[in-house]
Amino acid sequence: MTDATAPTPRTAAPAVAPRVKVAMILFAAFALFPLLAFALDDPFLIVIGTRILAYAIAAMALDLILGYGAMVSFGHAAYLGFGTYAVAILSSYGVTDIFAQTLFAVAISAVFAFVTGAISLRTKGVYFIMITLAFGQMAFFFFISLSAYGGDDGYGLSGRSTVLGSNMLENDTTLYYATLVALIALFVLCHRIVASRFGRVLTGIRENPTRMESIGFPPFRYQLTAFVISGCITAVAGVLLANQAQFVSPAFMSWHRSGELIVMVVLGGIGTLSGAIGGAVAALLLEEVLGMMTEHWRLWFGIFLVLMVLFSPRGLTGLFEQIRGRRE
Amino acid sequence: MTTKTMLLATSLLTLPGAALAQDVPPAAQDDVLKIGLIYTLSGPAAALGEQARNGFMLAAERIGELGGMETEIVVIDDEQRPDKAADDARELVQREEVDFVVGPIFSNILVAIHQPVTETGTILISTNAGTSNFAGAECNPNFFVTSYQNDQNHEVMGAYAESEGYQNVFLMAPNYQAGRDSLAGFKNSYTGGFAGEVFTEMGQLDFSSELAQIAAFQPDALFTFMPGGMGVNLVKQFDQAGLSSMPFLSAFTVDETTLPATQDAAVGLLGGANWAPDLENEANEAFVSAYIEEYGAVPGTYAMQAYDAAQLIDSAVRKVDGDLTDRDALRAALKEADFDSPRGDFSFGVNNYPVQDFYLVEAVKRDDGMYGTSVREKIFDDYVDTYADQCQMDAS
Amino acid sequence: MANLFVLQLLNGVQLGVLLFLIAAGLTLVFGIMDVVNLAHGVLYMVGAYFVATFAALTGSFWWGLLLMLPAAIAVGLILEVVVIRRLYARSHLDQVLATFGLVMIANETVKIVWGTSPLSVPTPELLSGSIPLMGPLRYPVYRVGIIVAGLAVALGLFLVINYTRIGMLLRAGATNRAMVSALGVDIGKLFAIVFTLGAVLACFAGALIAPILSVDTGMGESVLILTFVVVVIGGIGSIKGAFLGAILVAVVDTLGGVFGPILLREVLDPSAANQTGRMLAPMLVYILMAVILFAKPAGLFGAKA
Repeated sequence: MTDATAPTPRTAAPAVAPRVKVAMILFAAFALFPLLAFALDDPFLIVIGTRILAYAIAAMALDLILGYGAMVSFGHAAYLGFGTYAVAILSSYGVTDIFAQTLFAVAISAVFAFVTGAISLRTKGVYFIMITLAFGQMAFFFFISLSAYGGDDGYGLSGRSTVLGSNMLENDTTLYYATLVALIALFVLCHRIVASRFGRVLTGIRENPTRMESIGFPPFRYQLTAFVISGCITAVAGVLLANQAQFVSPAFMSWHRSGELIVMVVLGGIGTLSGAIGGAVAALLLEEVLGMMTEHWRLWFGIFLVLMVLFSPRGLTGLFEQIRGRRE
Repeated sequence: MTTKTMLLATSLLTLPGAALAQDVPPAAQDDVLKIGLIYTLSGPAAALGEQARNGFMLAAERIGELGGMETEIVVIDDEQRPDKAADDARELVQREEVDFVVGPIFSNILVAIHQPVTETGTILISTNAGTSNFAGAECNPNFFVTSYQNDQNHEVMGAYAESEGYQNVFLMAPNYQAGRDSLAGFKNSYTGGFAGEVFTEMGQLDFSSELAQIAAFQPDALFTFMPGGMGVNLVKQFDQAGLSSMPFLSAFTVDETTLPATQDAAVGLLGGANWAPDLENEANEAFVSAYIEEYGAVPGTYAMQAYDAAQLIDSAVRKVDGDLTDRDALRAALKEADFDSPRGDFSFGVNNYPVQDFYLVEAVKRDDGMYGTSVREKIFDDYVDTYADQCQMDAS
Repeated sequence: MANLFVLQLLNGVQLGVLLFLIAAGLTLVFGIMDVVNLAHGVLYMVGAYFVATFAALTGSFWWGLLLMLPAAIAVGLILEVVVIRRLYARSHLDQVLATFGLVMIANETVKIVWGTSPLSVPTPELLSGSIPLMGPLRYPVYRVGIIVAGLAVALGLFLVINYTRIGMLLRAGATNRAMVSALGVDIGKLFAIVFTLGAVLACFAGALIAPILSVDTGMGESVLILTFVVVVIGGIGSIKGAFLGAILVAVVDTLGGVFGPILLREVLDPSAANQTGRMLAPMLVYILMAVILFAKPAGLFGAKA
């Protein structure tokens, strides 16, 4: 790995195959995970697992623009929030169907992403990070003032969403597998996007926007489209998260959450999709495991993050490839 | 994540019950009494949760085996995050299989954990938060409160302001449900005018802007509700701004959790409460002296109410001879509230909220050099909350 | 109303100078070393804890303040040598991840060392009480002290940056980093000095605020985002921008919350105005930032993006 210190990873295209393999191994492990939970006689693990999968979707969506488009959104938790509140608001009006809720969440997210993305894309680099934060915070404070849905206190859901009239998601294991199916479907979608002409243009813009513009690809249009897609996928994660927690609150959209999503993506290794999934799993699992061992888990988690940055420049993906490279 | 500490008392075998009610959680079927505590133990409001945890643990240690059973206590920090607390509550009920969940401090946490706990048939005992919805239309047979209904302490202050003949009171509270409830409670028993009404951001620490408004409006008195660290900051800044000649009425703002930090700046400030450490009765003297000896600090209402929750569990479990499977009997035993509360008279109303006395209390420097609140006068006697008549408890 | 306006303006300026003290270091580290340091808020918190500890030990706020300085320098240097130095050549995202880790380490360490209960620092006798302003309005002496101290530091920074050799290097570094290294300056040493200076300023800000606010583990995070807003509004690397940005953010935040609803009442009925005002008040700072970045994508005084 000679390019280990390069600030941005090279275009992912040639390395796609092994990374898809990584994703498939991850998905297989997820599919078998409930068996482990039953073997350990700890069905609550499935509830934790569902949360991890939902965050994996959000992290993957963020990676789509962060890794492939160099757009570091520090307000992505807003879309998680739109997803969760879409469930709460629609179910309070008696619309409990998960597809209707998802459609609603995606529609709101698309509009919000389109408007704020169009404004944000005037800026670059750290200014982009901060302006997306600003819009995220505006959404956060909007929901805080929404007293019909509990404002700051949040809002408990009386039940989970229904699927075509059936309340099958009330079963934790069913919800887990539904979330896994969503993760795999959205991974395939993201993977297709990245490998398509659109995806290549996006990575091209990341490397050299001026050149792409001169050969007939206006960066703004491509970046905005990617931004909107990413927001919509994150909203789907929000819908699932609301079902997992059966509780919605503005806490899902605080800047801490946006920061945690960035940490998951960077920890996993940016611009690899499967890395983002791995990053989400690693971060949340580590939190669970360290939390069980010590009250001061944050100390050890922090040390882990610093060491990762200092010694494995491209996150878990880099670490993984280093180990594999050494073995070959 | 969860912070867990375990406390194991010695074991005493009890007979497993024969009749299994429908809503009996799996936990009820072993012979260990397992209790989950959910309190805010980190962040600016950590002192409140620590008092409550200490109060509960003090009773558990003094009694030894709660209800005469081997007792296991799991303590969880909700970090004052409702979303996390909802997860934690489910973990306590489903994974730890606790018989009782005790807590929390904050109303928004209570709203988040209420359903996950009570829907499984597990008993939830709130030792502080007492929101209006669960007192009225949404009252629940699995939910008990050892503190008060949220509005009540504020109503005490409203009644006091009324009796003093104030015409022009300035109201200030954080912008969340309990904050809005508090101002509503004050208005329930106060009919005079208002100089202004301000909602601050939750967790706000600098009140310079609000204090400037208060100074400009020159009200007869300030009424405020600022629990935890917010209260510490407000009291210090109120003093620094040279406003100390203005009557400062509050609830949950000047109490034993904030007085160690505000000290002299708070002396003389008034509050409404259901108890104070110097209330004269035998149970209270025993409680306060034991708490001071164990933790080196004066207990506040948070500690007292959690202490009572442990006494309540103990009394009820003894009444049913450790048979946790007959939930109806257990609920009936809880409802009797057969224990000596440090606050004196204590019983449950139809909605499982307390019926008790309320006092005007004042912050003082105690004879032992520490700071605490002190009873100045009784405002309400055997006071029932205003939502109780909306409660239709179905006998399930 | 005019009196209240003046009083709120003073409050805004007081918050502004405090934000400036924190933002100055952040914008220098950002502009000169190109490091995104999320751990900057931690330094503000640590400064407050230092002064709380030293003031309790010595019984005097002033001794506490004095002893805080060498401790702050030590923390700054250790942080730079152990972690920050290794991040100069790395991408912003790596820096975010590593300094996010530092925030977790610092917050937890503070919790282990000082406990979870907030600490409190008594107001120094010399600056206690309040002074009459106009009519019934009074202003706390201590807050006047913060304004004076903050402005003095701002003036000092201004003089250093405009009239000394190191200031010249700082200005050059913020606009053209490569040039400074071409001049044969020991970049490593310059960076260490800049980072430590920023750390001391943030610690100083934390120490100044300690007698007003309770000192707790969350205080660094609440101020971090606001500081980033200031830096970005002012333009990265610009001390002048940080100063004006800090005052602007603080004044908008302070005045907007009070006078926003009053203005809204002109166009809406009172209850709707209150409702909207309550919703908009915490958003104001972010709306301000979005508007400024929309008009000037590199902040008020930033180099061209």
